[in-house]
Amino acid sequence: MLSLYVPGHSPVHRLPAGVKLLVLAAGSAALFVVPGVAVHAGELLAILVLFHVAGLPWREVLDQLRPALILLVPIFLFHVFATDWVLGLETVLRILVLLFLAVIVTLTTRLSDMIEVLEKAMRPLRLAGINPSKVGMMLSMVIRLIPLMMREAGEILEAQRARGLDRNAIALLVPLLIKALKMADDLSDAMDARGYDPGAVTPFWRGKGTP
Amino acid sequence: MSTRDMVLIALFAAITAAFAVFPPVQIPVVPAPIVVQNIGVMLAGAILGARRGGLALLLFVVLVALGMPLLTGWRGGFGVILGPTGGFVLSWIPAAFVVGAMVEKLWSRLNFWNLLLCNVVGGIVVVYALGIPWLAAVAGLELGQALAGSAVFIPGDVVKAVIASLAALVVKRSYPLIGR
Repeated sequence: MLSLYVPGHSPVHRLPAGVKLLVLAAGSAALFVVPGVAVHAGELLAILVLFHVAGLPWREVLDQLRPALILLVPIFLFHVFATDWVLGLETVLRILVLLFLAVIVTLTTRLSDMIEVLEKAMRPLRLAGINPSKVGMMLSMVIRLIPLMMREAGEILEAQRARGLDRNAIALLVPLLIKALKMADDLSDAMDARGYDPGAVTPFWRGKGTP
Repeated sequence: MSTRDMVLIALFAAITAAFAVFPPVQIPVVPAPIVVQNIGVMLAGAILGARRGGLALLLFVVLVALGMPLLTGWRGGFGVILGPTGGFVLSWIPAAFVVGAMVEKLWSRLNFWNLLLCNVVGGIVVVYALGIPWLAAVAGLELGQALAGSAVFIPGDVVKAVIASLAALVVKRSYPLIGR
């Protein structure tokens, strides 16, 4: 499955997805409100303890963080030369706390659980005429379509390589797009033919009874 | 929103994600590698129009935030969104919308050059206008510094705008989706 989730039974894993997402949202906002090198260092330590509790493989964690970590070096160096190193340390620590917090939520929560939380959280949007079940359907559709699109792209690459056109971006893109659009037509026809109807949701400003 | 619109939105989110498999391309003059993925942003806007294109990228960004490794180099999760380059990823939503809105306006007299303009304004100007202040804020840099660090990507982005424009023009001729 295409997901970063690392299965486990730790207390961090068992925490409901909604709670974890709330903690992440509140925590990332608090980071900018409460500054200080000592505060951030303490937070970083606390999160590292959480990583240990969750029993996550460090290789996986570092793989996820590597691109951001590489960026932290020039940021720190810039602060050393342009402002002062304390501010640089604080900035780097803040980014680290933010990243670790985000990575622990991502690695310990199932994608399906997060989509479920999202569908629930979107219930109030019915008032604005947005149907949460349609959004959930689209999210699931993307997850199904991604491997399909990757396979199509691979097949077209092979076919154009046989013609010596594999360095030609247009010869790769156009067939992929046309094929995909044709598939979208077939897929939506098939859904309509099977009576897919999540029900219309009217925004509150249109009132009841009007389309 | 019709079932067809739903499928098209999901489809372009998936196409943008599929571009993550293309490895970064190195070209001689530009020091930074080029990733193919933001072609998906321009294509979604240019082929689907403002509303559907913007929603496709919104869907893509939501899935990245939920932890699917859909960005080039198999990255994903809240960490990327909240990190220094998160502004660039988030900017893809308004970027696709702006490309789409401009293409809709020019639809009846669309040619390579005005389509290229749409892709450059939406796919490059909007992306940098949001991504660079974000980078500066998260990393504590000055705007000029953040801009200088990102400028190496601009030539590659222009090449991508040209490719996206050529492809979207062919698709418009054979499979027009805007205005019906």
